[in-house]
Amino acid sequence: MLFLLLICSGLRAQAQDIPFIRKETLQQWLNADTDTVYVLNFWATWCAPCVEELPAFEKLNQEYAPKKVKVVLISTDFKRNVESKVKPFVKRKKLQSQVVFMDEPNPNHWVNMVSPEWSGALPATLVIARRKNALLFFEKQLNFEALQEALRPILQP
Amino acid sequence: MKKATALLLLFSMAFAAMSFLPANTGGGYKVGDTAQDFSLVNVKGKQVSLAGIKNAKGYIVVFTCNHCPYAKAYEQRIIELHKKYAPLGFPVVAINSNDKDVQPQDSYDNMKKLAKKKKYPFNYVYDETQEIARAYGATRTPHVYVLDKDRVVRYIGAIDDNSEDPATAKEHYVASAVDALLAGKDVATKETKAIGCGIKWKK
Repeated sequence: MLFLLLICSGLRAQAQDIPFIRKETLQQWLNADTDTVYVLNFWATWCAPCVEELPAFEKLNQEYAPKKVKVVLISTDFKRNVESKVKPFVKRKKLQSQVVFMDEPNPNHWVNMVSPEWSGALPATLVIARRKNALLFFEKQLNFEALQEALRPILQP
Repeated sequence: MKKATALLLLFSMAFAAMSFLPANTGGGYKVGDTAQDFSLVNVKGKQVSLAGIKNAKGYIVVFTCNHCPYAKAYEQRIIELHKKYAPLGFPVVAINSNDKDVQPQDSYDNMKKLAKKKKYPFNYVYDETQEIARAYGATRTPHVYVLDKDRVVRYIGAIDDNSEDPATAKEHYVASAVDALLAGKDVATKETKAIGCGIKWKK
């Protein structure tokens, strides 16, 4: 967890850096004993509905930061495209949420970890609220209202 | 891993009542179900049904499309699967179920162009109503269903374990499933998951 926090905080300084994560990192997010609510969004630069919903996640990350909500945008682009496509995209869109690259060639090893309900289709979003023992999974495009709606019961004191 | 699974279970049980269900999962076939046949138009304007394919010992049904980078990455591998297994009785039938209004690149005309350009040796058919994708439970492209001759689903999932780089793929799930069926054996890996483009449902 500490390792994760280090990665996260280290990132802010150089916003265009995209760390590579493995399934162990997902595991840490799932297990982390924290009152931070993680919103993991699985996306790709070429995925039109993913790109469409990004502003909602950016807005959530910004407006809900005081409520300890943290958005992580997990790119599932091809590895060879991280430098040529993902980085320029993140820069062009001025993404403020943390962007990481899922460096696992075989999704069969980690898709079920995210949710047994996930077929692997993009976009997909997992909300982890460890202290509330809540996991919410969505295999569909979301908007800001839907995200707010999903978080409302979780963020109630 | 075990801990995570237990945790996931706990979480899902605790929050089952909240019923935040995803939109397009839950339905569709599981391994062991009998898949429905269909009659869909191929890129040559001909109606294609599984029953109409002569001498088939089974079918490799691939939900795919024109535009998706994952579908493109697997295109050559789908062609090769057909070239290898059609003569052995397991032809590929590729189905495009994407809505052309949501993704114009996946229109029937563009299917025709692509099939011609890439010389698709298999039937590439158009599921315009999306009825077949819904019946099968396909959610992404590519999404493969290996059926035996009685249309019993014997494998659901990815073609292999590396979409980006065929050369480093270690597990060839579809090929292994078909090999097993040809040898009269049980399929070892019956289900896998992969990242793919979500099927573009009508709005």
